[in-house]
Amino acid sequence: MIESYLRNFEAFSANGGGSAPPAVRSLRLSAITRFETLGFPTTKNEDWHFTSTAPIAETDFSPLTKSARTPDASALSPYRFSAEWHTLVFVNGRYDAGLSGGAALPDGVHVMPLGRAYIELSLVVDEYLGNVASFDAHTFTALNTAFINDGAVIHVRKDVELAVPIHLLFVSDAAAADGVAQPRNLIVLDRHAKATVVESYAGLAPGRYFTNAVTEAVVGEGATLTHLKLQQESADAFHVGTVDVRQARDSHLFSFSFATGGALARTNIYTTLRGEGCGATLNGLYIGDRDQHIDHQTRIEHVAPGCYSRELYKGILDGEAHGVFNGKVFVHPEAQKTDGKQTNNTLLLSEKARIDTKPQLEIFADDVKCTHGATVGRLDETALFYMKSRGVNARLARDLLTYAFAADVLESIECTEVREGLEAATLQRYTRQWAGVLPEHAGSR
Amino acid sequence: MSSSIDSLVNREYAYGFVTDIEADTLPPGLSEDVIRLISGKKDEPAWLLDWRLKAYRRWITMKEPHWPNVTYPPIDYQEQSYYSAPRSVKPLQSLDEVDPELLRTYAKLGIPLNEQKMLSGVAVDAIFDSVSVGTTMKTELAALGIVFCSLGEAVREHPDLVRKYLGSVVPYSDNFFAALNSAVFSEGSFVYVPKGVRCPMELSTYFRINQEGTGQFERTLIVADEGSYVSYLEGCTAPKRSTTQLHAAVVELVALKDATIKYSTVQNWYAGDKEGRGGIYNFVTKRGKCAGAGSKISWTQVETGSAITWKYPSVILQGDNSTGEFYSVAVVNNHQQADTGTKMIHIGRNTKSNIVSKGISAGHGQNSYRGRVQVLPKAEGARNYTQCDSMLVGNRCGAHTFPYIEVGNNSAQVEHEASTSKIGEDQIFYLKQRGLSAEQAVSMIVSGFCKEVFKELPMEFALEAQQLLGITLEGSVG
Repeated sequence: MIESYLRNFEAFSANGGGSAPPAVRSLRLSAITRFETLGFPTTKNEDWHFTSTAPIAETDFSPLTKSARTPDASALSPYRFSAEWHTLVFVNGRYDAGLSGGAALPDGVHVMPLGRAYIELSLVVDEYLGNVASFDAHTFTALNTAFINDGAVIHVRKDVELAVPIHLLFVSDAAAADGVAQPRNLIVLDRHAKATVVESYAGLAPGRYFTNAVTEAVVGEGATLTHLKLQQESADAFHVGTVDVRQARDSHLFSFSFATGGALARTNIYTTLRGEGCGATLNGLYIGDRDQHIDHQTRIEHVAPGCYSRELYKGILDGEAHGVFNGKVFVHPEAQKTDGKQTNNTLLLSEKARIDTKPQLEIFADDVKCTHGATVGRLDETALFYMKSRGVNARLARDLLTYAFAADVLESIECTEVREGLEAATLQRYTRQWAGVLPEHAGSR
Repeated sequence: MSSSIDSLVNREYAYGFVTDIEADTLPPGLSEDVIRLISGKKDEPAWLLDWRLKAYRRWITMKEPHWPNVTYPPIDYQEQSYYSAPRSVKPLQSLDEVDPELLRTYAKLGIPLNEQKMLSGVAVDAIFDSVSVGTTMKTELAALGIVFCSLGEAVREHPDLVRKYLGSVVPYSDNFFAALNSAVFSEGSFVYVPKGVRCPMELSTYFRINQEGTGQFERTLIVADEGSYVSYLEGCTAPKRSTTQLHAAVVELVALKDATIKYSTVQNWYAGDKEGRGGIYNFVTKRGKCAGAGSKISWTQVETGSAITWKYPSVILQGDNSTGEFYSVAVVNNHQQADTGTKMIHIGRNTKSNIVSKGISAGHGQNSYRGRVQVLPKAEGARNYTQCDSMLVGNRCGAHTFPYIEVGNNSAQVEHEASTSKIGEDQIFYLKQRGLSAEQAVSMIVSGFCKEVFKELPMEFALEAQQLLGITLEGSVG
């Protein structure tokens, strides 16, 4: 349905497309042209080899506008972590001032919707918006860029360390049905700044809608960004989310992608290590059942020498779920002394679940140490046997080991609220039927 | 059109075909008539001609694939000659006519003079000796019921067997180069090992090459009947003097119930000069089918030659409890490129596969491992272990890994491990301190790195492979 997007673009640009500055308008224009040229990727495209975008490409989604009625604040509470956190809420892709808020921000930290940032953070927007996430080869990024209209802009000034996370919460309610939301976020950390950003997507009502999100992040010299992406869209939703990070000298990135929602979900986590001494850790957990299709692509570009990258992605697939993992590590010729390690483990719980995994290394420098590993299988029989020998019921042993498999990677999240929240949700998911058997605290932590 | 291919074409015209075998050479170009002519010259039955024509008709609808991680100038398929006894262009009269560079390489390999002559195609008595050796072997094999002959001969002598299995593993429509090969294949070998027979010796193309000349489009078919065993060596150990030349061979292996086929290759086609001019484009389709329960196919390859190597010896694990193995060493130096690996397709229950791949890149070489492990939903209890290590020598080369793991059955256990590292400075230092030159040290470290694969090769081949490795890497350390 490329035509319908083109038509919508006409309408969008005709009525001004918000009050965007001229630079953004011309960016949108070049993006829609690129989108038209690229079209939706087919499975012949190596980056989409295992994921068919046909369900998205063949549906005529209408652009979402401001929701007529605001959802109840209580509907959002399962997705909030703390009242202390500064939270920006977007309903069907549009900023909702009424639901947003939280603790006051310290000096030097700016968090605001894109519309306001055009004016108040114009220097940041001018310099970075559209400059990190390239849309040359990425249809969905091109499409998102063409419809840049709303999202969050976060700017943390030099030497400011933010103690409390910033939460960007994107919810879709019943009014989102058959619509498309394309939020665009920009995170800029100046020299030696430090921040944690939680970006979560949640479906409040059943229904088919499409979220196509792009987040660009710039991590300045010696800065540290923790980015946690939580995808809990509703069962029939389509989700394509791209996070593209650019790292300067001695900067650090910790990224976590938790994906469990949607009928067809694709998450792209990209980072480019541009300066010496950078570190990047990309972790993730995907949990699928029914006939969900959950796809992850990660790309780590080692451009500068002396950087390290660590990657651990785990997956648990049940029912007829189909998981895809493609982890790319590129080491450029100048990136000597690169140290890279990548691991992908997938647990298949049912006979019909399937996984396609493709860990990929492309190395052009010689003085490097790079490894990758991938495993696919069932639960370890010896661990099960051990637990049974200790008198644990076989089913319970299975459920606990499944949880433990996931907890292993969840533990890497430093932010206590998110870690405990995800651990509790995962434990609940796998040990529901043992409510009376397990000690009280285990299920409700 | 590139100058290198240009010179190839001119070279053929300039030297090759004005000799007494002129009549056996067709003018460049490919058409149905050319295929009819090839088939006619070989007195082939109608079914085979039909098969070739079907392949050709399919081929003209196909596009040359460009997905591998290699670059080369476009190939003009109408500029090639499709019927010529390619390397026996003109029998040389004495070793003096052989390229001295080639002779030096032989000397380094320690190949005796007679063999040197054989390998370079010099018409001397030694060849007759080897022919007689070949013949004694043939009688011995025939006594056991083993058929080992050229594919052309097999078509005449054992048409039923050939018809049954030809194209059963690699159909003519499989891929661009397989279709081209099916249309124009000139020669190749055929092996059939009957039920319950264990072939007493290593079968080798080594002799066949000298008897009949090797083709650019050879086709090998090996069938191991129930409970039989055969070990087959494909020796491309002779460095060939040539400019860029396309080599699109097809190898098909069929292992029936409880049969085992072991296929070893040491490939050292001409790799081009230091600037990357010339060399063989080795675009080969190799595939085995474990058709019966309990069967086993094992590929071992040492790839040191060719300007471009592009091949994935694969195993279709159809029979229950069948096993597929792949052991590979691929070395690239100067401007060589290799995109190689394997495919293991698990269809039957309790099928196992094991992959060990060692890639070494030096100079401007680009080495890619591309592998696919596919577990289909019915492959209960499938097991795969993949290990793929790369070593980099120098900072102008590249090592790439593209493993595809597709698992559709939850009882499968699939593991993949890969590592890339630099050749250890401290190891080189240690060996130098013990009196070895830097070059010897590299050669020794590399042999150690490849040991796991070399131990799968028959003894003589293993030795030769190690020496070849040393020669290939020559000049890669300053």
